[in-house]
Amino acid sequence: MGKYFLKRLGMALLTILLVACVTFLLMNAVPGSPWLSEKTPSETTLAALNAKYGLDQPVPVQLMKYLQNLLHGDFGVSLKMQKNRAVSSIIIEMFPISAKVGALALLWAVLVGVPLGCLAAFKRGKLTDSILRVVCTVGISMPSFVVASALLVVFAGGMATFKFFPTIFDASLGWRSYVLPCFSLGFYPMCYTARQTRSAMLDSLNQEYIKTARAKGLKNKKIIFKHALRNALIPVITYLGPQVAFTLCGGFVVESVFSIPGLGRYMVQSIQNRDYPVIMGTTIFIASFIILMNLVVDILYKVADPRISLTKGGE
Amino acid sequence: MSEQKNNTKLLEVKDLRVSFFTPAGEVKAVGGISYDLNYGEVMGVVGESGSGKSQEAYSIMGLLQSPGKVIGGSITFEGEDVLAFSPNEMTAFRGSKVSMIFQNPMTCLNPVYTIGNQLVEALRAHDKKISKADAEKRAMEMMEMVGINNVEKRMKQYPHEFSGGMRQRVMIAMGLICHPKLLIADEPTTALDVTIQAQILDLMKDLQKKTGMGIIFITHNLGVVADICDKVSVMYAGKIVEQGPVDDIFYKPTHPYTKGLLRSMPRVDAQSYERLIPIEGTPVDMLNPPEGCPFAPRCESCMKICLKKMPPYVEVGENHRSACWLCVQDQIKGEEK
Repeated sequence: MGKYFLKRLGMALLTILLVACVTFLLMNAVPGSPWLSEKTPSETTLAALNAKYGLDQPVPVQLMKYLQNLLHGDFGVSLKMQKNRAVSSIIIEMFPISAKVGALALLWAVLVGVPLGCLAAFKRGKLTDSILRVVCTVGISMPSFVVASALLVVFAGGMATFKFFPTIFDASLGWRSYVLPCFSLGFYPMCYTARQTRSAMLDSLNQEYIKTARAKGLKNKKIIFKHALRNALIPVITYLGPQVAFTLCGGFVVESVFSIPGLGRYMVQSIQNRDYPVIMGTTIFIASFIILMNLVVDILYKVADPRISLTKGGE
Repeated sequence: MSEQKNNTKLLEVKDLRVSFFTPAGEVKAVGGISYDLNYGEVMGVVGESGSGKSQEAYSIMGLLQSPGKVIGGSITFEGEDVLAFSPNEMTAFRGSKVSMIFQNPMTCLNPVYTIGNQLVEALRAHDKKISKADAEKRAMEMMEMVGINNVEKRMKQYPHEFSGGMRQRVMIAMGLICHPKLLIADEPTTALDVTIQAQILDLMKDLQKKTGMGIIFITHNLGVVADICDKVSVMYAGKIVEQGPVDDIFYKPTHPYTKGLLRSMPRVDAQSYERLIPIEGTPVDMLNPPEGCPFAPRCESCMKICLKKMPPYVEVGENHRSACWLCVQDQIKGEEK
């Protein structure tokens, strides 16, 4: 077991290194610089700024330097957006906001999506199934800014009778601020989870052990939730693992629509501003988080299915 | 007399018809079969793939999968009309009074729960009052009864840690844990090695004697039938073509299909030059069954009438009946003499 985790850790570090290199090179290949704004500074100022932050050196040298600092846990400082503030402290400030909204969004997505998927599988071909299919297809194909904007129009603006929630996210307002962002952020994963659960459930309801369970005289509830669902969970877990990372690190669109000061929105802004250290920092953070979630998923597989052995490479 | 007869009758199936309503049309999987099964009797149901032998058994258990439906006939179990059960009554009936074991023990146990869990669950589904500890004790007794050693450890293991034969033993233990009066075994040995087959058969014979339950043994292996059954129903294309005590079927077969089956079976006492004789032709297309006797197109003694009309059952011996125009002919000749 220890060997397994060591191997995973090694692979994770390698992946992060790769992510860091690729991001660094791509980022530098994009034209523009952090110093561009309405008032372009003079040549001498630019040269001085570049020299101060090491941007005058060739890209490979910069990359080596960055990686060296990274090894010491130093993510560098923001060049533009919050000038000279350490990137790590920015992430520490922004991530909890994104994570809170994301966690709530995923929570409802799973708690609603999985049972709906079961229901659809059980009522296969009936009206309930058709209705759920339409809802889920809409949810999957509708971009989140449409969902978010529609919710804003109905529940936070236009119609006075339905104006329950604030337009702009404000943590001091308590739960009211969270409802709309969480709903719109979780809608897509909810629909996707429901679809996945449905197809996995149909697959597992067709297995012979379900026939055995019925022949034993078990009740439908037990057959579905004990025998079929546990086997159907694996594809759902596979999807949810990386989705947790993405959602917790912030849906950029939803954070923009509701002006949530979260990590996702900040990352995209940093790209627009060519704030190189912030781009690197957030990317590496999200990449690490995804890698971590994948490890969690692999461990959850083992919990859901005793046949899976972690150490024997998927045998 | 008649009352005594009623007392010994465990299961009575009358003119059972099962159809599958597929997009291509109605498939009459079971086309009106009748038989009785007494307490403690073992009946073999023999037939080739697609002859409807499994579907007939599933309808007793109420396990027919859509688009399959019982469209006629009756099933009476201990005087109760099984087809009239409500879904709840059916759930209570399954597993407690009738159990079923299946062909492939490798896929019939849920891979993500321990053997103990699945055994206990089978018991507690019908005995709500039994405590968990008692249920576990009983599950371990059952496992010992079907010949599994080291039960305490085995209870905590998962199906993938069991071999095929051991899993079938578990399935049998699970089927018998509620003391059913009838066990339906749907090709329980087909997926197993020959040596394991023999062990499982011996086990089933042994358990049958101990518990006195009735067994419906579905198989396409006549050797198995000779070994374990009291009587045999031979099915072809959804119909029982011949039915009778096991000795009669083996030594005095009357239906050409039964004869064909017996000829195509390897025998220990055969001479080395004797060849196995296959039944020529292909099974019936169940979507477009022939008008007359379904076996007629493959039958070596096919007559004109066979292609036009389904023969009636003729008593050819004690409790031995056969649906063949040849038998009708013989009977008429016999009466003339």
